[in-house]
Amino acid sequence: MKDFIIPWGDDRDMGTPAKKGAPVSLMIDGFEVTVPEGTSVMRAAAIAGIQVPKLCASDNLEAFGSCRLCVVEIEGRRGTPASCTTPVAPGMVVRTQSEQVKKIRKGVMELYISDHPLDCLTCSANGDCELQDMAGVVGLRDQRFAAPEGGMRTHFATRDTSGQENPEYTPKDTSNPYFTYDPAKCIVCNRCVRACEEVQGTFALTIEGRGFESRVSAGGVGDDFLSSDCVSCGACVQACPTATLQEKSVIELGTPTRSVITTCAYCGVGCSFKAEMNGDELVRMTPYKHGAANRGHSCVKGRFAYGYATHADRILSPMIRASIDQPWREVSWEEALGFAAERMRGIQAKYGRKSVGVITSSRCTNEETYLVQKLARAVFLNNNTDTCARVCHSPTGYGLGQTFGTSAGTQNFDSVAHADVVVVIGANPTDGHPVFASRLKKRLRAGAKLIVIDPRRIDLVKTPHIAAAHHLALRPGTNVALVTAMAHVIVTETLYDADFIKQRCDWDEFQEYAEFVSDVRHSPEMTEMLTGVSAEELRAAARLYATGGNGAIYYGLGVTEHSQGSTTVMGIANLAMLTGNIGREGVGVNPLRGQNNVQGSCDMGSFPHELPGYRHVKHADVRAIFESAWGVEIDPEPGLRIPNMLDAAADGRFKGLYCQGEDILQSDPDTHHVAAGLAAMECVIVHDLFLNETANYAHVFLPGSTFLEKDGTFTNAERRINRVRKVMAPRNGYADWEITQMLANAMLKAEHRPLWHYTHPAQIMDEIAATTPGFANVDYAMLEEKGSVQWPCNDANPEGSPIMHVDGFVRGKGRFIVTEYIATEERTGPRFPLLLTTGRILSQYNVGAQTRRTQNTIWHAEDVLEIHPHDAEVRGVKEGDWVKLASRSGETSLRAHLTTRVSPGVVYTTFHHPTTQANVITTDFSDWATNCPEYKVTAVQVGLSNGPTDWQESYEAQARLSRRILPAAE
Amino acid sequence: MTNPAPVAAPARLAEIEAIIAAHLWREGPLLPILHDVQAAFGFIPSDAHAPIAAALNISRAELHGVLSFYHDFRDAPAGKHVLKICRAEACQAMGGAAMSQAVLDTLGLDWNQTTRDGRVTVEPVYCLGLCACAPAAMVDGKLKGRATAQTILAELSA
Repeated sequence: MKDFIIPWGDDRDMGTPAKKGAPVSLMIDGFEVTVPEGTSVMRAAAIAGIQVPKLCASDNLEAFGSCRLCVVEIEGRRGTPASCTTPVAPGMVVRTQSEQVKKIRKGVMELYISDHPLDCLTCSANGDCELQDMAGVVGLRDQRFAAPEGGMRTHFATRDTSGQENPEYTPKDTSNPYFTYDPAKCIVCNRCVRACEEVQGTFALTIEGRGFESRVSAGGVGDDFLSSDCVSCGACVQACPTATLQEKSVIELGTPTRSVITTCAYCGVGCSFKAEMNGDELVRMTPYKHGAANRGHSCVKGRFAYGYATHADRILSPMIRASIDQPWREVSWEEALGFAAERMRGIQAKYGRKSVGVITSSRCTNEETYLVQKLARAVFLNNNTDTCARVCHSPTGYGLGQTFGTSAGTQNFDSVAHADVVVVIGANPTDGHPVFASRLKKRLRAGAKLIVIDPRRIDLVKTPHIAAAHHLALRPGTNVALVTAMAHVIVTETLYDADFIKQRCDWDEFQEYAEFVSDVRHSPEMTEMLTGVSAEELRAAARLYATGGNGAIYYGLGVTEHSQGSTTVMGIANLAMLTGNIGREGVGVNPLRGQNNVQGSCDMGSFPHELPGYRHVKHADVRAIFESAWGVEIDPEPGLRIPNMLDAAADGRFKGLYCQGEDILQSDPDTHHVAAGLAAMECVIVHDLFLNETANYAHVFLPGSTFLEKDGTFTNAERRINRVRKVMAPRNGYADWEITQMLANAMLKAEHRPLWHYTHPAQIMDEIAATTPGFANVDYAMLEEKGSVQWPCNDANPEGSPIMHVDGFVRGKGRFIVTEYIATEERTGPRFPLLLTTGRILSQYNVGAQTRRTQNTIWHAEDVLEIHPHDAEVRGVKEGDWVKLASRSGETSLRAHLTTRVSPGVVYTTFHHPTTQANVITTDFSDWATNCPEYKVTAVQVGLSNGPTDWQESYEAQARLSRRILPAAE
Repeated sequence: MTNPAPVAAPARLAEIEAIIAAHLWREGPLLPILHDVQAAFGFIPSDAHAPIAAALNISRAELHGVLSFYHDFRDAPAGKHVLKICRAEACQAMGGAAMSQAVLDTLGLDWNQTTRDGRVTVEPVYCLGLCACAPAAMVDGKLKGRATAQTILAELSA
């Protein structure tokens, strides 16, 4: 299948944003054009195919009208108005090219050029410079503002005419690892400042000074880009028409010559990017403006942190070893796969069919995940398949499945632009889902209200031009009590939407639920002692959500990763049903998915009890579909979940594991337990880019391919199936789906069973569509045509489903479920008086395997422990001190950071670095329904320490020993 | 109007908070706050930045943009007297350049400098709206038409 290469002209800049309104017709250069009311003359001209010259306008920013290059003549109006700031009017007659405007434009360009260095041939923006383009368009051939004899000082010469240091010259700011700011090239069009404000919403940039002294400035006096509030999202670099803000990669590698649309492999937002290439070298990643999830925006990870793909640590040859105390031996693919197949078969022969299993990856494509679970079901002939969603959003799947009937979010991301009240629960979008956060902040600046429910004061609570109406800083582990108390307020104050409930839900079930939540023990006044949230504040928040218009709930792992994670998800669903906030734009219940394809990996049947499409393996009719497609008999018994696999391994009943693109040792809770389980296995096959922590316990290492090296699809948090396109050949030789197929075939061949014969992921998608109702109409041809589609996409929803449950719930009637609060077993006491909660940070991603191998480490080189100054003071801990963090499970040490972001009694850290291994602290308590680990609540003690703990040192030593690789045999 | 006496930092913070609180109700409180802060301390001390940005919920970049746009907002105390001399066209045509040079030479200063004893700061200004009486100057907020080096210097030593 051909790669989809878009022509450059396809995403041209229309000058000003699209508007919605009644149609207005006007004449531009003799052509009639009809556009929505409120559209600028510039955009109307662009729609008619006429590009009015411009410098300060861009269609992702509101018109600014400063460059004066886009002037036009309008019949009956005096002067030459700027086309970007002039809205269309019915019957308007516009001339974009008259003698008068041509002269004005040339004069304007002449002034720009008089104050701009003319080193175009060696400039990094050569060929990609709008100033250059516009000089060409207006036909500038000369500039009359010559310096007087003897020369003249300019702002872009390092020395003045007498050879002295030029005080007006400001050197390049190279502090950001990914782009430079060169004031010499700046034309002060304000696009970067406006992009930072309007698109990203960080307000890190400004124009300092005035007149000739005007310069872009990051932060205040003495700041550079790195020390400013800049989050390195790249919006300013994208907006810059010249070389002023320029990617370092372009400076080094030159301007790209072709581009391929693909999907980011970081978080669950699933941004579309253009991979801009020279040959097979990636020059830069730029956000694709027609990407439906990101609408042309990006964050530091997707935009810049792709360097891991070519990092020296990447393993490119398969490796094997007989036991984990030996060094690795590089071998051929054939030998590695033969070794793996033989061992897995041997284990099954000796310990039984169910003694082996797989873990699918939320970072790989749908097609790859589908194949891995198929490997378990059709080759291993058991249901021992699980995925990292187990440890993040499995409660979402269960909770929303039970209440609404689908295991996914209800909205698309565009929906947030129509929300009036946004509730963010246990999520930190500005760090975890930055592009969604920018879209949310845009809506909040336009007037929507925000309620934050989180133990920490996350950035959204107060950030320039955004302030939460309510921040309910609850005690970790009390989500259910708080959500039920909100329902109590809504029910007892009769703020619920009775019509919606009668129409869409079961009224009797509601009655029962209403009676339950109305009990006085669920009142905010009673739960205040438990949650630490003031009753008055909670009541106000509940009233706002119930009565403030479109109410949208966005939640993250702070909801799911608890012993009552599934209960909280149901509680959230209850709130949405109570208030009728389901089934239209601007409302809904939306899990913010952690990884790029965690939605997809769940959809693809990665769970031990579900075949693709969330259908239980106990149903014979469902099994029959796959049995006929795969030609095998499928085990009707659910298989093992990850924690069960590890328990069974410790008991000697589970001996072989194929783990694709996941680092369970670092990411799963209670590291000691995971390590013991892995060490007890006889064949651990790790399929990854790097020798990750799990690989320390592996016998076979299969090198993986990056998202740049393969075709496939990712499904993001809004159920959007996005294409991933191969932009370069896999450096390891094979795409991951090919490797899984080779492993399957190595086993099938030995067993004289029919082999798999996929030659392209499109064929795998066809198989998925043929077997899974929600994907019935999905194929690659459709994705080429539409760009992306949101499941369900079948005969009932041929165009896909941006918003779900529009006319009724998927399960029929929405189901209210009683949500009784049961405190976690993990409690603070004299030995462990503090509560640890964990999370992530903007610049790092998950276990950090990718981002730690990029320059993102400049922002976050190590995990630190956030601790309230009061808690720090009684322990004698000062800023930057090494502290020991201990729980019932284990201990580690890291540096302390004193902050009031966390409440007294709560400490917080991230889990991005294996040297800290925050998960050695976390316990094996988990969600009652899905076993999702309780990462968010661990009772801990913090004390001063001298450095790494004994455990950290012995772990380091073991890891070093385990990572030895013998030189390849000749 | 001469400059206020220096205030110690802790007392200053309390005063800054009071100034901010007095203006927060306004629709555009930033400029009135900055004016009052400058009136109270003679300049905008850098320790006022964080409280102002926090109270108005703006970024420090935005505050910097405003502060650096208006030359009259100072980041350090000026001399006891502030002399502004017009350098715009009408004043230049009426001998303003020679007049200002004479003043600067007498004081031993360049533009935007303050005498060592902290007595006088000289700043350029582009049009005081007094072109009919050019060359024009302003001493401590008081306009001087048909200014000469002598009259200005006399005013400063008064």
